[in-house]
Amino acid sequence: MGGEFDWGVIWKYREALWDGLVTSFKLFGIALAGGIFFGTLLAMARLSSFRLLSVPAAGFVNLIRSIPFIMAIFWFYFLTPMIVGKFTGQQGEAVGPFTSAIVAFIMVESAYYSEIIRAGIQSIPRGQPWAAYALGMNYWQSMGHVVLPQAFRNMLPVMLTQAVILFQDTSLVYVVGLKDFLGAASKGGQITGRIVELYIFVAVVFFLICFLASWGVKKLNARLAVAR
Amino acid sequence: MTDTKSGQPAQPAQPAGPAGPAGPMIDLKGVSKWYGTFQVLADCSTKVEKGEVVVVCGPSGSGKSTLIKTVNGLEPFQKGEILVNGVSVGDPKTNLPRLRSQIGMVFQNFELFPHMSITENLTIGQVKVLGRSSDEAMQRGLKLLDRVGLIAQKDKFPGQLSGGQQQRVAIARALSMDPIAMLFDEPTSALDPEMINEVLDVMVDLAKEGMTMMVVTHEMGFARKVAHRVIFMDRGSIVEDCTKDEFFGTQRSERAQQFLSKILHH
Repeated sequence: MGGEFDWGVIWKYREALWDGLVTSFKLFGIALAGGIFFGTLLAMARLSSFRLLSVPAAGFVNLIRSIPFIMAIFWFYFLTPMIVGKFTGQQGEAVGPFTSAIVAFIMVESAYYSEIIRAGIQSIPRGQPWAAYALGMNYWQSMGHVVLPQAFRNMLPVMLTQAVILFQDTSLVYVVGLKDFLGAASKGGQITGRIVELYIFVAVVFFLICFLASWGVKKLNARLAVAR
Repeated sequence: MTDTKSGQPAQPAQPAGPAGPAGPMIDLKGVSKWYGTFQVLADCSTKVEKGEVVVVCGPSGSGKSTLIKTVNGLEPFQKGEILVNGVSVGDPKTNLPRLRSQIGMVFQNFELFPHMSITENLTIGQVKVLGRSSDEAMQRGLKLLDRVGLIAQKDKFPGQLSGGQQQRVAIARALSMDPIAMLFDEPTSALDPEMINEVLDVMVDLAKEGMTMMVVTHEMGFARKVAHRVIFMDRGSIVEDCTKDEFFGTQRSERAQQFLSKILHH
């Protein structure tokens, strides 16, 4: 069996594949943290009664959410140096594909997370921030100690599901030539002509990671349901 | 410390922070509020003197909950002025968080923080707002929890307590800030009948100690027992504002009489 397959190629390219996987996880981790952080701020801005905050926040979220992810990555990589060049009058210097991709990922993820977090904040009854204010807390204390902790607990399952999607989306960075897990496999495949074996391997690894994560989310969901 | 449960002679409510001016504790002057074109409060004026207990009643939708929430600035109002201990609530220059930290508020739905234990609920305001050490806050919190008879529940979460117990914790939480006045917004309306008295008992004790209280409630027994004055509201206006004896004796407005006959005869 497997006469024409040469699985040894995976072992041969293990270092490149491992480096690619590390890049994917780095992208994932930074994009997740940045997306949740800026997404929270965006959600708070959108819910603000100051139109100077809520209108631009809504505009940004709606704009980002209506363009394909891959386009944001692509645009950011090629457009930013041009725009910087225009403003400084010099040839814009490329920041490199990793930094560029990170910025694009954080922008897109913060837009997606802000919608999740906005729903989470709105799920908390009005009386909770009232009680916090009545104790003398200011807006940030009320958010930080009372509203957001409860909102995040309610949102956890949805946020984790979004994280699984984000992890899959990290493979999109191939458009800017960044060597993530998929990129490493692709390159190895082109050199050795063993692209099928490597792609199957990549698919299995992605499947295992995402399947385990989804399973974990389901477990957690069940536990939260009991606790509530 | 004096045993607060034994109903010792009224200790004057100790003012937190600098002693206020000589005027009333809460002074509402011509307060009006609109939701769009709908007027919820129409030219409401009244006073609550220091140490006074004022009960606010009226049919649902009469604006009494809205009125009490304007006192600590939870509900903004468009016209008029509210002074709390001489400080204007509506003035944009007023440090509203600081003012609110001096006024305790108890809500209809308790509004304990469900993700925190009872002791955390009792200490968070003291630590984060008043800057007390956690030891000091814990001591104060536990003393108040003991006072409302719930020291055994200190490590539980709000969801594990009955409604009456939650409301008593909420009163203890408000008292933990050493307020100069207390606002109660229908504190017993969300409770099962058998739990109403345990909450009212705590409130009666508080009133007897001389706490300044503004209480939105339909509990006329409570009003009879401890109120100095009763305010009756209808359709956003203060219709009656008189002493307790006047209110329960000879009512002047037909509307108030109707209302009383409805809530007392069953």
